[in-house]
Amino acid sequence: MSDHHTNDRRGFLRCMAWAGTGALWTVSGGLASSISLDQAAAKPAQAKGFTFLQISDSHVGFAKPANPDAKATFQEAVAKIIAMPVKPDFIIHTGDITQLSKDSEFDDADQIIKQAGLTVFNVPGEHDMLDEGQGKAFLNRYGKGTKGAGWHSFDHKGVHFVALINVVNLKAGGMGSLGAEQLQWLKDDLAGRPSSQPIVVFAHIPLWTVYADWGWGTDDAAQALTFLKRFGSVTVLNGHIHQITQKVEGNVHFHTARSTAFPQPVGGQGPSPGPLKVPTEQLHSMLGITTASFVRGQDQIALIDATLAS
Amino acid sequence: MFKTLKAGALALCLGAAASIAIGGPAISAQAQAPAGPTIKIDNFVFGPEALTVAVGTTVTWINQDDIPHTVVANDKQTFKSKVMDTDERFSFTFTRPGEYGYFCSLHPHMVGKVIVKAG
Repeated sequence: MSDHHTNDRRGFLRCMAWAGTGALWTVSGGLASSISLDQAAAKPAQAKGFTFLQISDSHVGFAKPANPDAKATFQEAVAKIIAMPVKPDFIIHTGDITQLSKDSEFDDADQIIKQAGLTVFNVPGEHDMLDEGQGKAFLNRYGKGTKGAGWHSFDHKGVHFVALINVVNLKAGGMGSLGAEQLQWLKDDLAGRPSSQPIVVFAHIPLWTVYADWGWGTDDAAQALTFLKRFGSVTVLNGHIHQITQKVEGNVHFHTARSTAFPQPVGGQGPSPGPLKVPTEQLHSMLGITTASFVRGQDQIALIDATLAS
Repeated sequence: MFKTLKAGALALCLGAAASIAIGGPAISAQAQAPAGPTIKIDNFVFGPEALTVAVGTTVTWINQDDIPHTVVANDKQTFKSKVMDTDERFSFTFTRPGEYGYFCSLHPHMVGKVIVKAG
């Protein structure tokens, strides 16, 4: 990497001051509003409902200038979960658990996340499909009871969770892909559910087009969203782009989480979607985790992003 | 690099017997420059994006990013590298004329082509 590129990335970083802030989003009846984290913290803990945690893009095994020890920052993120005053019911990991799908990397990731003592639901990122079997290593570990490349769904306290895989069988020139078989499964999985049931969909690559030139989207996501349209509360949680982005479309709230390994540039605002090298003292403010809270009876979903620096 | 070191150690142990070719089209991280033309992967771009060569040419791709990439023919059969981490290489010898589109199966927006002309 030439100095020229490094300077570009550093220069770009000055535009990223927003990335260290957290916001609480509430969605009700398709209207979104946000209040600051301080206000959120002042609210009493929700006695009913539940929280779960999203962690993403841990890239265990990554050890390059953007983060010489991604294992250590993943460990820090898990320590934050352990320290939470209200224990989340479970964790979802939205992919790129490892850097190169090595057994040793999966082993390290498992050892770290299991310290939280919570059930973990995983979807693979493209970095978790690099074994000889192109995803067999992932499925052997996390695929029990799942279909296809690992898609599955479950209910938790009245909320329906759907794990989608959009990192397999990608086509030249395309973006993420769900594929006809998975789309049919999704249609069947949602059929017959009351439109009042809150739905949470999670997948690695964003299910809306964040930046097409860098492949930050899913080619056939629109079809999946037609099945979700009739539901009153849909939350879509993704990773892959190592930064927070959000969008509300009708009753669907899209959100991407930070990575625990390294940040990436805003789409189109850097030389490539590769790791963004930032000064060491800034790294922790650009890594983080997301907490999602459901408030019973209010049909509200609140997402709180916290950095590893906070 | 590890692979190369291992191969070196093997050569020491086996002496002359190790001169049997260990090469072939494969991923490697050798220090020496490849004989044929190279396509560099830098900032999620294949450079040059289109390369014209004569039949029989061996083309070598080198990943200069700190993120892994692959090189896969659009038909997913003609050639297909394993995952290439930083500085790793993949080589393929084109024995038939034609236009060979390829992409990175991890980041499919990364595309390129090799145009092979009859000698």
